[in-house]
Amino acid sequence: MSTERLLLSGNEAVARASFDAGVHLGTGYPGTPSTEILENFSAIGGKAQWAPNEKVALEVALGAAFGGGRVIMTTKHVGLNVAADPLFTGAYIGVSGALVIVDADDPGMASSQNEQDNRNYAKAAGLPMLEPADAQEAYDFTRLGIELSSKFQIPVLLRMTTRVCHSQTVVNTRAADQDIPVPNYIKDIPSRVMIPAYARPAHRRLRKKLAEIKAYNEMTTINTIIKGDSKLGIITSGVSYVHAREAAPDASFMKISMSHPLPTDKIKAFAESVDRCLVIEEGDPFLFESLKAADINVEGKDQMYRFGELNVPRVQRIINNDISEEATPPKGKPPELCLGCPHRISFELLRDMGCIVSGDIGCYTLGVLPPFSAMDTCVCMGASITAGLGLRHVLPEEQARKVVSVLGDSTFMHSGPAGLIEMVYNKPATGHIVIILDNSITAMTGMQEHPGTGRKLDHSPAYQVNYEDLCKSLAIDKVLTLDPRNQKDLLEQTLKDAMDSNDTTVIICREPCILAAKKIKEFEKKNKR
Amino acid sequence: MSNVKNIIIAGLGGQGVLKASDILAEVVFNAGFDVKKSEIHGMAQRGGSVSSDIRFGPEVLSPMVPIGQADFLVCIAEDQVEPNKHKGGEIIVPSMIEQSKLANKRSINVALLGKLSTKLDIDKTLWLQAIKDKLPEKLHDINIEAFELGRNS
Repeated sequence: MSTERLLLSGNEAVARASFDAGVHLGTGYPGTPSTEILENFSAIGGKAQWAPNEKVALEVALGAAFGGGRVIMTTKHVGLNVAADPLFTGAYIGVSGALVIVDADDPGMASSQNEQDNRNYAKAAGLPMLEPADAQEAYDFTRLGIELSSKFQIPVLLRMTTRVCHSQTVVNTRAADQDIPVPNYIKDIPSRVMIPAYARPAHRRLRKKLAEIKAYNEMTTINTIIKGDSKLGIITSGVSYVHAREAAPDASFMKISMSHPLPTDKIKAFAESVDRCLVIEEGDPFLFESLKAADINVEGKDQMYRFGELNVPRVQRIINNDISEEATPPKGKPPELCLGCPHRISFELLRDMGCIVSGDIGCYTLGVLPPFSAMDTCVCMGASITAGLGLRHVLPEEQARKVVSVLGDSTFMHSGPAGLIEMVYNKPATGHIVIILDNSITAMTGMQEHPGTGRKLDHSPAYQVNYEDLCKSLAIDKVLTLDPRNQKDLLEQTLKDAMDSNDTTVIICREPCILAAKKIKEFEKKNKR
Repeated sequence: MSNVKNIIIAGLGGQGVLKASDILAEVVFNAGFDVKKSEIHGMAQRGGSVSSDIRFGPEVLSPMVPIGQADFLVCIAEDQVEPNKHKGGEIIVPSMIEQSKLANKRSINVALLGKLSTKLDIDKTLWLQAIKDKLPEKLHDINIEAFELGRNS
């Protein structure tokens, strides 16, 4: 593809840049606000696939990059927690090809269970991190990430945020890379096998690479300096940069594009060139604390601005040291389980039966809201089964019998099997009940395929994991599949029997998502041909 | 940012807020402006409030319209005016359009764009082209009619 002027979301820009950089493989697990990256990469001709979860995705990505491939792995912020194990050791090993880990944070929690700031991962794992402010930079920094990863032989984190992922801005693309290296395995045992004897020098190699990358970051032009009024200098990164430019058009700016390892010499010189030097950043005081530790005289924000997204008026408040209470915007209409959603029937039943519901992450988390109020815990992907088991172990029998774990089909594929193994291995005295709300798609993130749908990311046919067989292979006492709409009585009776028994029970409530049903039928028809 | 135009399109999930903002963004993009469009995805699909910010001009910085600085507030659902009116702007709502003349009620989003188009100095052909670019062919005629209806209301 040649140079073009396009209007793209940040996610589309990452996809296009990956394509232009000749990325061999894109892998990830769907998660708002990151989902559209791989879908778009696939749509424009890239090889993209959904992994069952982020840990798997990152391991696949690392393997491909060990083999000399150019790879992107996509995840939402909490998904990087799941993938943290390979992340840290992957940093020691490094890559032979190139690996960009695209992380999408969600400050303000538009669609997430926490607002963790994953810039901390760059520091903790020891990886370079690029932070785009808009779709143009998402494009440029994806290309740069591939280049730096390849040059320094290290995975590169590209940290997006909700506003960067989902805002459309003008993007000018560049000519596609030529002469993309062909994957080829070169044996290098001490670099890739992290036994302690090999890992100790690997850690030293990582720190040496980071020192080289810091030297690069001191010299590169991506950390833009705009000389304005010397009374106020603002150090900022990501989308906060454009908010701050608008809030203080006359100020001097230093925009940090690579937020780890920081170009502290360049920043120190900038800070010394202005009377007042203020750090404007969304989320944790990551830059502020790092600069303070480097003995740079900067001012941070009040704790109240650690919560939620920044915007132009909030940045103005930070500049003015305004810590008065902020106006709460009027509430819109909250989301709800769709009318006609098959999950409604299950939640009505769980509510009416007085169950203690250990819930999970997905559309069906909306079962917590009235009129259902049928969810008692929700922590992270897969925790329904395991937190439910914990409750069963300690509660008095009468309460323990009422504990039911509820999770969706995609969540079950993501983190369910290990929970089931725990259930049969450390079986509670009262047994346990797991309900898989199987609507045959990853509905929450916008209808993505998973290993249980029988279709790949691009909806072409794939092996379909059979939940019943999986459960039976673990000798779960009772496994039953039913249609909650037409077999509500059977569901109720099965639940009652299971609560009274000391068995382990898995009930699969299967009916396709009403928003996806038509499309699913079309895919199935096409795939049969 | 006085030379930046700020438009907010609001409604409920499924009413075509995002489609309307896609069309508008395409129009101003093809008119040669710098443009930024921002919205929140995800939970919004489940029937909740949705709104999209579109900003265009010679140079746009923040992708979000600062509260109170909207020039136009296009609401596809009348009941979404209340939770959005603090964002500012001249209000454009379905009651300004003779809805009984809409061949398909779902085209109200495009009809409202027609109304908005009379207030922006942008060539009509760009609007018609964007409607065609952003909608499947079988919906072209019905939406161009809706656009004209809004434009003449």
